[in-house]
Amino acid sequence: MLKSFKIGGVHPAENKLSAQKAIEVLALPKSVFIPVGQHIGAPAEVVVQKGDKVKVGQLIAKSSGFVSANIHSSVSGTVKKIESGPDTSGYPKTGIYIDVEDDLWDEQIDRSTELKTSVTLDAAAILAKIQDAGIVGLGGATFPTHVKLVPPKGMKAEVLLINGVECEPYLTSDHRMMLEHGAELIVGVQLLMKVLNVAKAAIGIENNKPDAIKKMNSLLTGNNGISVVPLKVKYPQGGEKQLIKAVTGREVPSGALPISVGAVVTNIATTFAVYEAVQKNKPLFERVVTVTGKTVKNPSNFRVRIGTTISELIDAAGGLPENCGKIINGGPMMGKAFANTGIPVTKGTSGIVMMPDGEAKRKEVMPCIRCSRCVSVCPMGLEPYLLMTVSEQEIWDRAERECVMDCIECGSCSFTCPANRPLLDYIRLGKGKVGAIIRNRKN
Amino acid sequence: MSKLFTISPSPHVHSDESVNKIMYSVILALAPAFVWSVVMFGLYSVRVTLLAVAACMAFEFLIQKYILRTKPQIADGSAALTGVLLAFNVPSSIPSWMLIAGALVAIGIAKMPYGGLGNNPFNPALVGRVFMLISFPVQMTSWPAVNASGVDAVTTATPLAILKEGVKNGQPVVEIFKNLPTNADLFLGNMSGSLGEISVLALLIGGIFMLVRKIITWHIPVSVLLSAAVFSGIFWLINPAQYADPIFHLMTGGLILGAFFMATDMVTSPMNPRAQLIFGAGIGILTILIRVWGAYPEGVSFAILIMNAVVPLLNRFVKPKRFGEVKIQSNKG
Repeated sequence: MLKSFKIGGVHPAENKLSAQKAIEVLALPKSVFIPVGQHIGAPAEVVVQKGDKVKVGQLIAKSSGFVSANIHSSVSGTVKKIESGPDTSGYPKTGIYIDVEDDLWDEQIDRSTELKTSVTLDAAAILAKIQDAGIVGLGGATFPTHVKLVPPKGMKAEVLLINGVECEPYLTSDHRMMLEHGAELIVGVQLLMKVLNVAKAAIGIENNKPDAIKKMNSLLTGNNGISVVPLKVKYPQGGEKQLIKAVTGREVPSGALPISVGAVVTNIATTFAVYEAVQKNKPLFERVVTVTGKTVKNPSNFRVRIGTTISELIDAAGGLPENCGKIINGGPMMGKAFANTGIPVTKGTSGIVMMPDGEAKRKEVMPCIRCSRCVSVCPMGLEPYLLMTVSEQEIWDRAERECVMDCIECGSCSFTCPANRPLLDYIRLGKGKVGAIIRNRKN
Repeated sequence: MSKLFTISPSPHVHSDESVNKIMYSVILALAPAFVWSVVMFGLYSVRVTLLAVAACMAFEFLIQKYILRTKPQIADGSAALTGVLLAFNVPSSIPSWMLIAGALVAIGIAKMPYGGLGNNPFNPALVGRVFMLISFPVQMTSWPAVNASGVDAVTTATPLAILKEGVKNGQPVVEIFKNLPTNADLFLGNMSGSLGEISVLALLIGGIFMLVRKIITWHIPVSVLLSAAVFSGIFWLINPAQYADPIFHLMTGGLILGAFFMATDMVTSPMNPRAQLIFGAGIGILTILIRVWGAYPEGVSFAILIMNAVVPLLNRFVKPKRFGEVKIQSNKG
């Protein structure tokens, strides 16, 4: 029997419409808007000025703290202005506007497609390159990768897990990456293993991508400590704690980080970015984005420069469908809906999903019939119905005791509720309040 | 002006399941037992079922429209389901006005005053049934005799009543069993009893449908039946001359109907598998206790209602297995 996590989980319709579409390079935009806060942590500090000429890959904003990340120009041209503009959060955020002229890359970058397998640098040098390149978790969480790769004092990484699960419906960018850049990924895995000083790495891939499993398996040489672990299809297997449980059987304790059980998880796109940064000197300034939807003319996977306006991606996939009622940044289970297609692609943009009118709106809420489906699907073993009730009634101490902070916001409860109750909405409210209470207590 | 897009928090997709689908699926799962009841009791069974469903829906509609002044929600199927279950728990010869009184208690007392669907602590159909049993003991325990020529006016006792009466009169169980239906008859439902409870086979078909359709999980039915079998089995092993065997207990009365359709009522059963197992075990044991020592020959309804009362306590103290909880405890220690 295939491995998987043990508690809960759901199986939403997969709708991987763009799975057979090879990654296409999107045409260069005329201008880009690159926000300086594209990661979890402090926004980067702008190091260019209006009127400056920049090249592709040039540092334009530098990391401003321990948890922060560098930002590089994704295009060559002139800095038009440094101003706030809309990003996916819906709030105006500071960023750098650049008018594109030509496509001049920084000379340090190796633009050849030649595969560079030899790992010559030592761990510290690899880590420095990852940090310089501004790499963050590209699965959507955008946590700076160089921070993740340095375990806190007293802790040691034992195993590296590569997240090739892509459990969100519709999204296919990691799937395509494995099919088209498997060899590079293997090198990326070896680089990460060297940084972490671990002998073992496992690539977890769900069984709905048999071609990717086959491809990655064919690239294993047998003696490099890397294995491919096929997993049963179950959402949210791409959740860090769920993936660790599925692949290693280890359970990350409540409130603890994966490193507490010796695991470090990075996703496929991040691993590829590590390869490019270390072997090709290429900072993170482009990524693969799935643009898809049931009524989208040409669901696609595009390689896109960061800062490209999302409407350009939509146009390239055949334009906004007539009946589109909702646009999502990310997958439909955890992504964020947005209304302004003028926002830019950032490091965390893994997909753009367009939902038709009929599916855009939520269905009528009915009374809870206490069917306990929310409890049985919760991958964290929580009781969503109860967390919703205590959050509604503002009983925050009870919410804390019922482990509201363990919620990973995967949405399985709201997805499955036959009464269409807004379970996760209220749990998020509870998490926010309880989180603030806990922080105050510590101060 | 450009088109406005919907903005809402994730998740943006939803399963196909709905409250209405669940309710109507349970009703569908009761269809085999209904068909069998028509075979056994003829049109009497149709009359009782339709009347109970109509009465329950009418009372819910009237209460929502004229007393609570809310939008009537009878299309959700929950009132209809209560009606079917109430009908399945009474003899086919029950006078209409008694059935209507039972429906009024089920909907008007056990369900709507608590806030309607989802809020009632006790199973409405069972409250209605127990009200009728206490108020109309004669009519509620007079079952039409069934034989090859169909239903006639003669009344008969259920196997459990015959057993109770015999044991009370000091007859050995072996003697009593000579007057009871064979196991094959019990399984098929070739005997008298309340409308929907008699055929184990028909109820199992419905139960398996609900399991496959994922309306219910195995936890409650299995723990009810297993605990009843084990508990009655202990007595039987100690003294087979005085106590009936577990197979007999499982196949008679309302145990199968109760285990699959009444104890599993979502609103009135616990919210996680661990608590559900305890809940089911309580029902199984209480049922046998009442059957063996109680004043009534049958105890499923009472057992379920008693355990319904324990559900809030179970929900409060029996928690599902949390992800990552094991390590936390060891850290404390």
